[in-house]
Amino acid sequence: MKTYDIVIIGGGPAGLAAAVSARKQGEESIVILERDKELGGILNQCIHNGFGLHTFQEELTGPEYAARFMKQVEELGIEYRLNTMVVEISSDKVVTAMSRRDGMYQIRAKALILAMGCRERARGALNIPGYRPAGIYSAGTAQRLVNKEGFMPGRKVVILGSGDIGLIMARRMTLEGAEVKVVAELMPYSGGLKRNIVQCLDDYDIPLKLSHTVIDIKGKERVEGIVLAEVDETNRPIPGTEEFYECDTLLLSVGLIPENELSAQMGIALSNVTSGPVVDESLETNLDGVFACGNVLHVHDLVDFVSEEAATAGKNAACYVKNERMKSGISIPIKAENGVRYTVPSRIDPERMEEKQIVRFRVGKVYKNCRICAFLDGEQIISRKRPVVAPGEMEQVILKKEWFEQPPECTDGSGHELIIRIEE
Amino acid sequence: MYDVVIIGAGVSGSSIARELSRYQVNVCVLEKEEDVCCGTSKANSGIVHAGYDAEPGSLMAKLNVQGNKMMESLSKELDFSFARTGSFVVCTEEENIPKLEALQKRGIKNGVENLQILGKEEALAMEPNLSEDTVAVLYAPTAGIVCPFGLNIAMAENAAVNGVSFFFDTKVETIERMRLAEHPGTSELSENEKAGFQIKTSRGTFEAKYIVNAAGVYADRFHNMVSEKKIKITPRKGEYFLLDKSAGKHVSRTIFALPGKYGKGVLVSQTVHGNLLVGPTATDLDDKEGNYTTADGLAEIREKSGNCVKNIPLRSVITSFAGLRAHEEGHEFLIGELEDVPGFIDCAGIESPGLTSAPAIGKMVAGILKEKMDLKEDPNFQGTRKGILDPSRLSLEEHNELIQKNPAYGNMICRCEMISEGEILDAIHRPLGAKSLDGIKRRTRAGMGRCQSGFCSPRTMEILSRELKVPMEELTKSGGGSKLITGHSKEIYQGEDAE
Repeated sequence: MKTYDIVIIGGGPAGLAAAVSARKQGEESIVILERDKELGGILNQCIHNGFGLHTFQEELTGPEYAARFMKQVEELGIEYRLNTMVVEISSDKVVTAMSRRDGMYQIRAKALILAMGCRERARGALNIPGYRPAGIYSAGTAQRLVNKEGFMPGRKVVILGSGDIGLIMARRMTLEGAEVKVVAELMPYSGGLKRNIVQCLDDYDIPLKLSHTVIDIKGKERVEGIVLAEVDETNRPIPGTEEFYECDTLLLSVGLIPENELSAQMGIALSNVTSGPVVDESLETNLDGVFACGNVLHVHDLVDFVSEEAATAGKNAACYVKNERMKSGISIPIKAENGVRYTVPSRIDPERMEEKQIVRFRVGKVYKNCRICAFLDGEQIISRKRPVVAPGEMEQVILKKEWFEQPPECTDGSGHELIIRIEE
Repeated sequence: MYDVVIIGAGVSGSSIARELSRYQVNVCVLEKEEDVCCGTSKANSGIVHAGYDAEPGSLMAKLNVQGNKMMESLSKELDFSFARTGSFVVCTEEENIPKLEALQKRGIKNGVENLQILGKEEALAMEPNLSEDTVAVLYAPTAGIVCPFGLNIAMAENAAVNGVSFFFDTKVETIERMRLAEHPGTSELSENEKAGFQIKTSRGTFEAKYIVNAAGVYADRFHNMVSEKKIKITPRKGEYFLLDKSAGKHVSRTIFALPGKYGKGVLVSQTVHGNLLVGPTATDLDDKEGNYTTADGLAEIREKSGNCVKNIPLRSVITSFAGLRAHEEGHEFLIGELEDVPGFIDCAGIESPGLTSAPAIGKMVAGILKEKMDLKEDPNFQGTRKGILDPSRLSLEEHNELIQKNPAYGNMICRCEMISEGEILDAIHRPLGAKSLDGIKRRTRAGMGRCQSGFCSPRTMEILSRELKVPMEELTKSGGGSKLITGHSKEIYQGEDAE
């Protein structure tokens, strides 16, 4: 069985950035396993611009952004295998993979980086009643059909969910001559980025109906229409608010789910909130030498942050292989409170953490004129004013290593107490 | 002229076709949909009932127990998924224990073996997620689960291989008796049977000496076309939740609720592919095509799901669906030749336990026709069939060998269910092969997993288009008008180019 120092599962933006970063740490023995026929992952179908503002200070399209990293992978001579499906990973890091060319085989990894990305939530998870006709697509599937295959999934479109892919597809379908009648969002706020609402809906006069959902799908063979209704605070449809929209297509952009079937199988602890692995400051999971980054860890809004996070995972995986920066044994849990749904990482090792440790999180609802606060052992260490925070936009705080150099004042053995919360 | 025309390629029609294909007889099946297994047969619980439910002495009771006994060997002959997992009927109210005992007695009368009543402790030891309210259960070890598509498709394929013709997209419009003079060569038939039938369909006219009416919820329509003694089949809708495989081990048997003060409950069962199934509801409809789910129906399942099984992870629902039972007022299978229309054989009112009974129904109807026509066995009958290969059952070495021999098995298409191009190609090119996305799904499970075909549908469409030489814009989800795409991108700009 062939052994690699680092095996990276997934050749999308996370996998590519992790590989480049590990190689820059001097790591020679790396392989990326990618199930698609090309590297770049979902970016290849994201032909709109807006990628790379943070990383390259430029507005790139998805394929252009991916190409920058692919070029580095080529230049650095990093090995990758395409059309390769990972079937199983054992808890001792033996990866079983298959491809047309190589058949079914196993490789052993000293360190493993999980970068499998996410999938879209499907209609079934929403329990939308009605028929099951043709013409119901997740927004990402429609995006692939239009942008990569050159096909139109429909002509008269209703979009349920205001996630970013749904918003992007509202514009895309409009530009392709389809009529996008409405975007409906169950929540009283959008799940997408503000800039996407402006650029993809407002600019094309596509109405966004908040607190609305699809309550029926008409048409036995192909979608013939949908019924939209307003919902109350408990998300129940309000009788009398039903409206029929004639359409041949329903696109769903109702959330993304990290794809962690392989992770769960190998025994990695997953968070109930993110559905991604529980990780520490090094993005290491509960299994030694197994790291996670990108949308498999938690769903991101911006690819720039994926790349940055993946670079951290790549660097730390390289350190792990070289037995550098070992765990100190101290692990401070980060408590997510009052509006903060989760944090990544969810615990930090004060010895291993960076001088400036980024902690990312999402909030549970829209807060206006609030403060993002962090408390260490009861003392406020961060208080940052924000005019508005929303579930659709990831937030972050930066923890300084120096804050953790003092031993905890409470000497009952419980260690530091670290809390991140929203204060109104 | 066909000796026998079977209307309907559901599980009953296909079973009858397969049983008839043992004999030297000219049979065809007419199906209004584009594939087999498109009506009641595709949307049900997939349970192989033990047989304690039906009234002793009824045809339902007899065929249920027979069908149950036949299922295992049939699953080996025809290579479809079946597991004898057992079932519980759960009683949660002390005062209803006599009802449970009555059920056991009825089962014994029906010939169901090894029925036992278990106390709470024993039951919970076997099924830890059973409700704490459980007071006793009726345990039927002979019950099982089957892949409803697998069973139906296997029997139809085997019938086709043995010479039965299947006509799809062929909707029967009228059935009329033919006049004697038109068929002078049929003197070996009895007076009554000489006439035969003329069947007008959406795809031309068929002639038959015998008709088998296995039309599911439409069986009354065809029965009533020829007979003065009218029947009524009511579509009785059942709605279901299907849960992710991560929830599949929540129970290991099929858990039924003993009807109690809250009415009839819903069942909770592992499926033969490892998902968890919760349902069905029961709503009578007029619309024979009304297999849509409803908010009320789904709410009812949610509400009842916890009655007998605790902590069902309803968060893991991957899809919901509805099926229509072919309910006849007397709640009995109507199988046999019509008294007033010799040559016309009903196979109507086939609702639960119809799937379980299907193998026995096939035998029974073929038996009737064998006697009437004095059929001789066909020495060329091929009684076994190989299903689509399931590479997950292979060892690493065998799997590797398979890919080396046929690289299509190394090209993963459906990542949720791990279905490769190899299985999809097999599904397309075997007898009665798949022509649509749903056809592929029912044969291979591609698209049936947690992402519900989000990732694989464009790739499966590409393969279908290439293999069937059908343009992408003609491909359907499930035949008819269920086209998947409406054209090409950039079409709106083509006019501008011309200017």
